[in-house]
Order: sequence, then C-alpha cells, then structure tokens
Amino acid sequence: MFLWIIKRDLLLAVRRRSDVLITLFFFVIVVSLFPLSVGPEMNLLRTMAPGVVWVAALLASMLSLNRMFSSDYQDGTLEQMLISPQSLSFLVLGKTLAHWLVTGLPLVLMAPVLGIQYDLPGDALFVLVISLLIGTPVLSLIGAIGAALTLGLRGGGVLVSLLVLPLYIPILIFGSGAVEANMAGVDFAAHLSLIGAFFFVSLVFAPWVAAWSLRVSLE
Amino acid sequence: MLQGIEVACVRGDRELFKGVNFSLEMGGLLQVSGPNGSGKTSLLRMMCGLSLPASGEIRWNGVSIGTLSEEYFACTTYIGHLAGVKDDLTVTENLCISSAMAGFEISSDDASNVLNTIGLGGREHLPVKVLSQGQRRRVALARLLACNTTLWVLDEPFVALDVAAVQLLREILERHLQQDGMVVMTTHQEIDINASLITQLQLS
Repeated sequence: MFLWIIKRDLLLAVRRRSDVLITLFFFVIVVSLFPLSVGPEMNLLRTMAPGVVWVAALLASMLSLNRMFSSDYQDGTLEQMLISPQSLSFLVLGKTLAHWLVTGLPLVLMAPVLGIQYDLPGDALFVLVISLLIGTPVLSLIGAIGAALTLGLRGGGVLVSLLVLPLYIPILIFGSGAVEANMAGVDFAAHLSLIGAFFFVSLVFAPWVAAWSLRVSLE
Repeated sequence: MLQGIEVACVRGDRELFKGVNFSLEMGGLLQVSGPNGSGKTSLLRMMCGLSLPASGEIRWNGVSIGTLSEEYFACTTYIGHLAGVKDDLTVTENLCISSAMAGFEISSDDASNVLNTIGLGGREHLPVKVLSQGQRRRVALARLLACNTTLWVLDEPFVALDVAAVQLLREILERHLQQDGMVVMTTHQEIDINASLITQLQLS
C-alpha cells in the first residue's frame, strides 16, 4: 500500500519529467548566479557558499510544494485516498517520500558539483552533501503540512511560502552552520545531530498533521 | 445496515437539510433525489465518510462511521463527480493502483478482464488523457467490479455514459443488489433498476 503510493508518484514523475527538471534547473541557476554576480573572489565565495546553496535548496523545494497534493485534489484521487482503508498518515508519508526522491534527492546529488564553483574543499563538500541529505527530507515533511493546509485556496502558492519558510529557518541555520563549522575547523557533528533531531520529530508529526489538514481541506 | 439518524448539513451559514433519516438493508437500493443545490452530493460525501454531518449520525451496523473509519472504508466504494483517475497513467495502471489503494490488489489479468467487461478492451495501454469523457467514466466505474465491497455510493453514475454503458451499469447494479450488496445513488435520469428493496429519499 505504502509502496503502491510511492510507485504511483514516481511513475507520474517519470511521465512528467518537466516538473522534476524545473526544480533541479532552478537550483542550479540560482546557485550559479552568485559567482557570476559577485566575481571570482575565492575567499568571499567560500564564505558564502554554504548559505547560498542552502537558501537555493530551500527555494527550489518550495517551488514544487504546491504540486504535492493539488493535482490529486483536482482529479479526485485525493478524495479516494481519504476514504481508503489505509491510514491516511501513512499515505501522506509515502507521498512525501516520493516527493523527496523526485525533488530533494537530485538537489543533494547536484550540490557537490555546484560547490566546486565556490572552491569548497573536498571535506566541506562532503559535509554539505550530508547536511542536505538529512535536511532536505525535513523540508519535504514540513512542506507537506503547508501544502495540505493551503490546498484549494486561491493564491495558495504564495501563502504556502509564507507559512513554510519561517519553519525552514532552523534547518537553514544548522545546515549551513555545519559546513561553516567544518571550514573553520570546528566539530560539526552537533549541527548534524540537531538536523537529525528535526528529521525524526517531523517524521513522526508532519504526516499526521498533514493528514489532518487534508481532511479539513476536503470537507 | 446503513442508517442515518437526524442528519443535518450546513454549508457556510446556509442549512441545506436537517432531520434526514434513512435506513438501507442488505440488497437495498437508496435513491437520493432533489433539485440542484439541495445537498445530494453533500449527503453522499457524509455517507462515505468524507465529511461529517453538522448534527445527527450515520451508522454502519449500529456503530457510528466516524468511530469505524478505516474498517468502514474497507467495505465502501465511492464514485463522485470527479473520476479519480490520473491523466498520465494508462487505463490498466489507473485501475490497478486505485484498486490497490482501496485495499484490493488485482493482477493485470484480472484488470484486463474487468476492462473487457466494462467495454474498454483494446484500450488498456492508452493513457487516460486521450480517452473521451464517457470512457474516463468507465475507467472509474471499473473500480466497482475490481473491488469486492458491499456498499457502493454513486454520485450521478450515469452522467456522460452512452446507451450501451447505461444498460451495462444497470445490469452491474442489479447483479450487485442480488448478491446482497447495497447501493446509494443520485440520478436525474429515469432509470428503472429491478431490485427487491428500493427506498426513495427526497431532499427539498
């Protein structure tokens, strides 16, 4: 059941590749704009790299959020999920996982390539990838709540950014903080542990809250 | 047995209906009728657990459906105005996935049998977006045959169907009722369904 929903969403993503590519290209372009505009000053670029990559990842994952439930809402498949004999929280978790595989994972894989533009050393690139790997699922999980709450509202796309971006701030701080700490030669494990803690808390609560919001949105 | 006790529905600050009582036995058909905007769809959505009545209660075998939730969902199939099919998936994929979500995993052989019966034979591998409105409707209705549920809640099931499909759906409904199934439906068309137990519910 859980696997069915993931399989379905991945199949849909394969059929509509443009949606996936838009998110990825947005990320690539935003990150690449900074070295072009700031100029080739290595020290400056290295300092701002973690922040820029993380902000771009945040905005890119934001971009795909309102598609998470809206197409299912419009064609009535969401209605069918609500009255399926499976727990709705599990379905939402499955959809969130599929969303992350389609929009979050490509960002994680692309990040080291983009990091080279900023002259990040090898171990900093590694920490960047690890922090994104733990952090981007949290973005999808928290985003699911925002997407469920704004479902069917006019201007939902803008509203979801206003709702969700403030909640992303802790992830942004600790995510880019981990990379900065590594570059400053300080231990970065605490930052990663904190992102991990956010991940587990949102893994437990976000699907449940999103499922509840979906029921309210569809009533 | 499906039972409604003093069910009321409020949309915004307008009361659509109140004090609606109904009861549906095994093998029974409940036809909900009323003018546009009288709350037929709202009542059907309450019956399948998508929304809650403003007051009153809907019971399945004596227990409120709100308490039963997933247990109740396992024995109902709802087909509403929206077909609930994905445009980008093929007919077979749609049927297999929607049945699996309803808790009935079917093989692709079963799926092609069902699709033949419903008149979509030969179109199994077409994406739904190239089908006509009536054919999409058939894809949705195929779920009734694929899922072995007791209670069918159908909102205007005959819309967009051609004469042959209307006849086919009538036969499917009659067979389901003979096998002690239960059907709740709304329709504006005059369709005679032979069933031993037909209840009319008029919303004004």
